[in-house]
Amino acid sequence: MSPERTLRGRTAVVGVAETEYYKWGKSPDPEFKLAIEAVLKACADAGIDPRDIDGFSSYSNDRSEASRLSAALGCKQLSFASMQWGGGGGGGSGALANGAAAIATGQAECVVVFRALAQGQFGRFGQGPRIRTVSGHPAHTVPYGLMSAAQMFAMKVTRFMHDYDVHQEALRAISLASYAHAQHNPRAVMYDRPLDEAKYDSSRWITEPFHLFDCCQENDGAAAMILVSAERAKDFPHKPCYVMAAVSGSQHRAGAPVHNTPEYASSGFTTVAPRLYAMAGMKPSDVDVLQSYENFTGGVLMSIVEHGFCAPEECNEFFTIENLLAPSGKLPLNTSGGNLAECYMHGLGLNIEAVRQIWGESTCQIPGANVAMVGSGPMVTPVSSCIFGSEATL
Amino acid sequence: MTPYLRSGLPKPVPDSDGLDAPFWEGLRSERLLLQRCNGCNGWQWGAEFVCHRCHSFDLRYEETKPDGIIYSHQRVWHPVHPALAEQGPYIIVLVELPHADNVRVVGNLIGDPMQSLVIGARLHGVFEHHPEDDPAHTLLQWAVTD
Ligand SMILES: [Zn+2]
Repeated sequence: MSPERTLRGRTAVVGVAETEYYKWGKSPDPEFKLAIEAVLKACADAGIDPRDIDGFSSYSNDRSEASRLSAALGCKQLSFASMQWGGGGGGGSGALANGAAAIATGQAECVVVFRALAQGQFGRFGQGPRIRTVSGHPAHTVPYGLMSAAQMFAMKVTRFMHDYDVHQEALRAISLASYAHAQHNPRAVMYDRPLDEAKYDSSRWITEPFHLFDCCQENDGAAAMILVSAERAKDFPHKPCYVMAAVSGSQHRAGAPVHNTPEYASSGFTTVAPRLYAMAGMKPSDVDVLQSYENFTGGVLMSIVEHGFCAPEECNEFFTIENLLAPSGKLPLNTSGGNLAECYMHGLGLNIEAVRQIWGESTCQIPGANVAMVGSGPMVTPVSSCIFGSEATL
Repeated sequence: MTPYLRSGLPKPVPDSDGLDAPFWEGLRSERLLLQRCNGCNGWQWGAEFVCHRCHSFDLRYEETKPDGIIYSHQRVWHPVHPALAEQGPYIIVLVELPHADNVRVVGNLIGDPMQSLVIGARLHGVFEHHPEDDPAHTLLQWAVTD
């Protein structure tokens, strides 16, 4: 990749913030107010005037529209407004890539990457549609009782587990790691609510192979990150956290309708991950800590395989709680508690946690972490991932 | 036959773009019709305006045998729709159709909801008519072939 065509080291995160994280329906504030609050807090964290934000980047059809935000905050001008296509959390790192690209190519100076979500105000993800008739591609699944996210993805995971003889304990280890890390994080909705093997094993099935604790929460809240050029990033209170790579996409015909994608048993990263490493100039063994989006634990497992941390045949040996725990595990995973146990902020909380690891500010800090990766939204299309690095990685 | 799932789920209707109307009409008369390309003769599903192989717009609907194999499966426990509140566990299968280039369709596996599920098991289609529903429609369900 020629130097002109990379995001490597061109931009840096200089501020992050989240609102208080609430259980579903418990936010006292409407969604748009949560978005404003998160952006203002992120600006305060960065030490910048919110009026200097000139770019907004989000994903998953965020309802907090860029022009309204820019007007509400009295921003001097709007230079960049971007929405990453696709649902779920697949755009978490893609929105970061879009913002970084805008800055790297001179389209904007200061971009806020954000996500706001009040499922209490706008309806829950985990429920089927209350409609009389259904048409288009959903007509070929919904009448058979296939309508929630868990149901859309379970058969991918089942097929993967079948193909590679992956045991339920591998999924359990992912869930246990998130809950264990959340016990150190006062922001986490599941703080003070530990999980052990027995509690996981006895929890009800949502849909096989997902127990209750394999599934993300439903939450209200908002999160935001402030992105500027690498040149400017040296002048902020935080040490720069560089975007070393950020990419999105999915493999051949990932969006083929009615579960007809050729590579079915996949998280969708088989073409994305190689581009990520190529841009960063890194390999899996360079990664100190990983935040991997848990809509469902099975998606995390396939993401980790497709990012090259473990061969598919080795899952039962690799996915143990010892390997996934901070600070000493082979691959510390979801160190804030993630979507399972911190908050389901459509995964932007994972990007924020990765930045905090580079800053040395995590509640489950990896000593001397220089490289933190995020995988966003497995099993949807497009997915995305990114790598943050300290100055030492430039 | 008694419908596999309790009534009250959204009922399928052909898309307003006309793309999948022959599929739904076919099921009413117990025929499985899927898209096949007049340019390259390949099968395609779900329905699309163009053949993904050769980019021909000249696609027809052709009947194929409702014989399949389990490509993947799930036993659902948690009801996410009020109509299924008293349903109990039910099985969704992703069915590969060997007679149609292995395209896949989604359906329910009729019989004991606690039956064991085996990827690769042979299935045959069962047409589940809903003549009293508004609009009337037919679903394609599946049963294990001994
Ligand atoms: Zn063709």
